Amino acid sequence: MLNEGQSLWDFLAAGGPPVGRLRGARHEFVLGDLAGGSCLGRDLEQLRGRSVLVAAHDQLSAALALIELDGVAQRMVLCTPDLADEHFPALIRTAGADACVVDGGTSAAATVGMKTIVTASPRLQPQAAARRSSGSTEWVLLTSGTTGAPKLVLHTLASLMSALAGAARPPQPLVWSTFYDIRRYGGLQIFLRGLHAGSLVLSEAKEPVEDFLKRVAVADVTHISGTPSHWRKALMSGAAGRIAPRYVRLSGELADQAILDSLKATFPQATVAHAFASTEAGVAFEVRDGRAGFPEEWLGARGGRVELRVTHETLQIRSPGAAQRYLGDEAEPLRQPDGFVDTGDRIELREGRCYFAGRRGGVINVGGQKVYPEEVEAVINTHPRVRMSLVKARRNAITGAIVTADVVLTGESADPGQPSVPVLTRELTELCKASLAAHKVPAMIRVVPSIEVSPAGKLVRPRA
Amino acid sequence: MSVRSTITSQFQQVAVEQDRALSPLSDELKLVQSGLDSLSFAIIVARLEDSLGVDPFNAAEAVDFPVTFGDFVRLYENFVK
Repeated sequence: MLNEGQSLWDFLAAGGPPVGRLRGARHEFVLGDLAGGSCLGRDLEQLRGRSVLVAAHDQLSAALALIELDGVAQRMVLCTPDLADEHFPALIRTAGADACVVDGGTSAAATVGMKTIVTASPRLQPQAAARRSSGSTEWVLLTSGTTGAPKLVLHTLASLMSALAGAARPPQPLVWSTFYDIRRYGGLQIFLRGLHAGSLVLSEAKEPVEDFLKRVAVADVTHISGTPSHWRKALMSGAAGRIAPRYVRLSGELADQAILDSLKATFPQATVAHAFASTEAGVAFEVRDGRAGFPEEWLGARGGRVELRVTHETLQIRSPGAAQRYLGDEAEPLRQPDGFVDTGDRIELREGRCYFAGRRGGVINVGGQKVYPEEVEAVINTHPRVRMSLVKARRNAITGAIVTADVVLTGESADPGQPSVPVLTRELTELCKASLAAHKVPAMIRVVPSIEVSPAGKLVRPRA
Repeated sequence: MSVRSTITSQFQQVAVEQDRALSPLSDELKLVQSGLDSLSFAIIVARLEDSLGVDPFNAAEAVDFPVTFGDFVRLYENFVK
């Protein structure tokens, strides 16, 4: 358990040099090597007390820099590798950043106006002096908004590790991996879990999913996490069967029953769990009973680490894992006066269970009646030949909008002998009609080869 | 297929899909008495845009909203020309 004011390195090295490994696609390290070596070399001392943009493109270099800078920098900003150049000036200004950690892949926009630029290398160099912590470091994460500028969300190591509080190191080291980039909240959680529990296998941007799964298999990964979209992509690749994890985790998007069942069928030996977390609210809970949604009795329960409530149909969370605030003079409050964070995720109560029913802002208005794309997708995804779907609005002069759906079929659907596309779309329409109101049933269903998934591993939704 | 027969088959198909009892289609049939609701019309208009390539209701200039099935067919015939 993290002690107050303890840096990440001090935490990792508390019981002697850490023996876990950090594996990227091309390089890997034993964490204990950081006792004498540094990815920043002698330049690390230049970053003491500074506000530092961690803009190394390579995930492994960035991961090492995060371990080394915690307790050294006053603040570090975790830049996601796909951040558009246009966002850097506001980001640098808002974070008050005057130093930058770069590598060969860093955009020049990240270094404009920087007083100090330090290159991170995945080859360790000697340190100038023994590691020394000089105060707690602020961790600034960027939210993955689909449009517009990202928000800057302020955490501490303590809030980021809150979900691990009280968790003892496992007797046998675990090997974690994640489809996420560790500079996003979901990936950062797995990074910290991996460091805490043993080793971690990092994904690599643009690496084909089959290649990543091959590395995961070679490293004997025991615990692995991703969004439902990541997992659907893995199942579609045909390579998911190569890996044999004991624990499979979904987070970051609504986990419907269909994807939970598919993963359980593919990994019968594994616990398939879905977690709810957001950059702002932190990790709220994990559901391990194999069912979508979560038990109603979790609402309003007091005394636990995390408190949940539903206000205006929306999930709100109070937790020590929540972020402190948004950075920026104009920033809105992140928490309500009583400390709860509004997640914007709608909840529907059915038979003692809370089901996620889409984002508050994502509603499609069909003649004054609301449709949340996620509730329609959850129905379509129960069809055995559908791997994933995206429900969208189509502008319409009569009702303002109508609902349409794109679907991607499972691999087996390409086999001859399967019913034709018109038969399939009729089946899907019937399926929707059986459980949804008429205005929610897609008026058009297209079978498409793929559906766009954002760098954050989520379905790219057009603005409603 | 003519514009009229395309429209006729869409009315019939959408009525089946939406579980609506469609009145026999004639030029004099008032749309409000056709048995279709506004969601059905919305779907018909979207499907016709895909099959005929036009959406008269979304055109630059205002259109006289059709009252009868005959008006509806003529509106599309004028746009497709």
